[in-house]
Amino acid sequence: MSGLHLRDVSKRFRGLQAVDRVSFDVAEGAIVALIGPNGAGKTTTFNLIAGVTRPDNGEIRFGDMRLDGRKPHQVCAAGIARTFQIVRPFGELSVEENVVVGCLHVTHDIGAARSAARQILERLDLWSKRAQRAASLTLPDRKRLEVARALGTRPQLLLLDEVMAGLRPTETDQMVAFFREINRDLGITILLIEHVMRAVMALAQHVIVLNYGKKIAEGRPDAIVRDPAVLECYLGEEAV
Amino acid sequence: MMTTGVAEVPWRGRALLAVLLAVLVVAPFVVSSYLLSVLILVLYFAYLGQAWNIMMGFAGQLSLGHALYFGLGAYTAAALYTKFGVTPWAGMAAGAIVSAVAGAFIGALGFRFRIGGVYFALLTIAFAEFTRILFDHIDWVGGTAGFFLPVSNRDTNDLWNLRGDPTMFYYVWLAGAGGVLALCRMLLSSRLGYYWLAIREDELAAQALGINTFRYKIAAVMLSAALTACGGVVYAFYNNNLFPEPIFSVARSIDMLLGAVTGGVGTLMGPIVGAFILTPLGEGLTVALEPLQDLFKLDGIKQVFYGLCVVLIVIFQRHGVWPYLARKLGLRQLIGART
Repeated sequence: MSGLHLRDVSKRFRGLQAVDRVSFDVAEGAIVALIGPNGAGKTTTFNLIAGVTRPDNGEIRFGDMRLDGRKPHQVCAAGIARTFQIVRPFGELSVEENVVVGCLHVTHDIGAARSAARQILERLDLWSKRAQRAASLTLPDRKRLEVARALGTRPQLLLLDEVMAGLRPTETDQMVAFFREINRDLGITILLIEHVMRAVMALAQHVIVLNYGKKIAEGRPDAIVRDPAVLECYLGEEAV
Repeated sequence: MMTTGVAEVPWRGRALLAVLLAVLVVAPFVVSSYLLSVLILVLYFAYLGQAWNIMMGFAGQLSLGHALYFGLGAYTAAALYTKFGVTPWAGMAAGAIVSAVAGAFIGALGFRFRIGGVYFALLTIAFAEFTRILFDHIDWVGGTAGFFLPVSNRDTNDLWNLRGDPTMFYYVWLAGAGGVLALCRMLLSSRLGYYWLAIREDELAAQALGINTFRYKIAAVMLSAALTACGGVVYAFYNNNLFPEPIFSVARSIDMLLGAVTGGVGTLMGPIVGAFILTPLGEGLTVALEPLQDLFKLDGIKQVFYGLCVVLIVIFQRHGVWPYLARKLGLRQLIGART
């Protein structure tokens, strides 16, 4: 069985039940969105998948591999790359070097890593900024850099944590087109956390809604935006 | 398109380095024996600063206890030579291994239990300190009374046994400082170097990109420790006496990193530039302040001025002197780590 599977996954931080018996599946090749109000447990779910935090209960599998209990670098080696909601560039390194670090995951050869990085940077419109210090980039560019770096590791599954926040509508559309492209051409499965509904509606084939750590709904995007429970806690009446 | 990760050093940079090297190679034929001893100190600090910089400047792990690795190397090689007649070069290999193992142990302890930043630095001080106290009680290598290498045939140079005049040691230090600079440059343009810098910049992000940060941090500590140990060996054979107190002291650990910090942490030229500033500064102050000290009985006035100068340098050049200097020389490309 391929794809990503969460079964009854829970995580508690002190008094807060951040993730509460959440189960969902992300089929191989799919684009799935994880939405919900702030504090719903979306990023915690990502951290559980990525090995940053260990779940208290439940099981996370990627294909035949158990992910829970593995370390972040092992999760990456399993074929899962993630971006950080609060961007974490290697600030003093150049944009290109940032991506080369990601590419070195698949090759030990610096030359090969650099040409792989170049391709990614060109596709993400960062090539002209390759020599800049990553710390000097604007926030939207840094978000793009997060994506570029993650793609460098040649993942099968890409976890995107609010990479479209702060983008202008046209930029959002460009990013949406880009993700569709890599999904179609490279067969990369995508799980994204996103507040920008414009992007969610355009990208996702399947939407999962979290609230107070619980999964409250899932389904096709057009059905989700009409779901009364989702409207009440997250989207608001006017979204109908 | 460039196929390597090494930033091209512009010809002016190469020329400058070549001139510096040429001057240093011919220096012993020209300078007085006092100046030669100062230059030996400069190279000594350039070498050790570079070794320390691998751990802090590249991998971002602060060590304030490098005297430990220095001392372990010094004592290991000195004991092997004095007690068993082993050549210091073999002793150097042994000392490097001992220090690398010690470094791996301290690193593993710190990194496994997530002791980071200044707390990790405290751990490194603690190990250096109790090794100092330990050596006070090892009578086999002299304890507090000190350990002395046999001083013989000083008039002939015996490189194999590191017995010789200051000029020989000068060239040994020069080879060491040059070699470690070349090694660091090579490392930085390798996968290892990229990974170290990534860890220094953001460890969590590095892990997310598949880097086993624990392993690479340990590698940095081991290499830094081994190179520092090699420096300790040459020091031991140059000085011919070892006492636990100055060898393992915190002051020595600080001296080692001061050059790299004032020159520019994380840069390749920083430790060299720093050594060339601080050592002559210290020596110059000693000479300049001698009358003052004699006249007013102001013991330690040199240290006060030295400290003041270091503070001023660090205040005005927060990232070290080298980045500033490189910009002035039009060698902006050489500021970054990968030069």
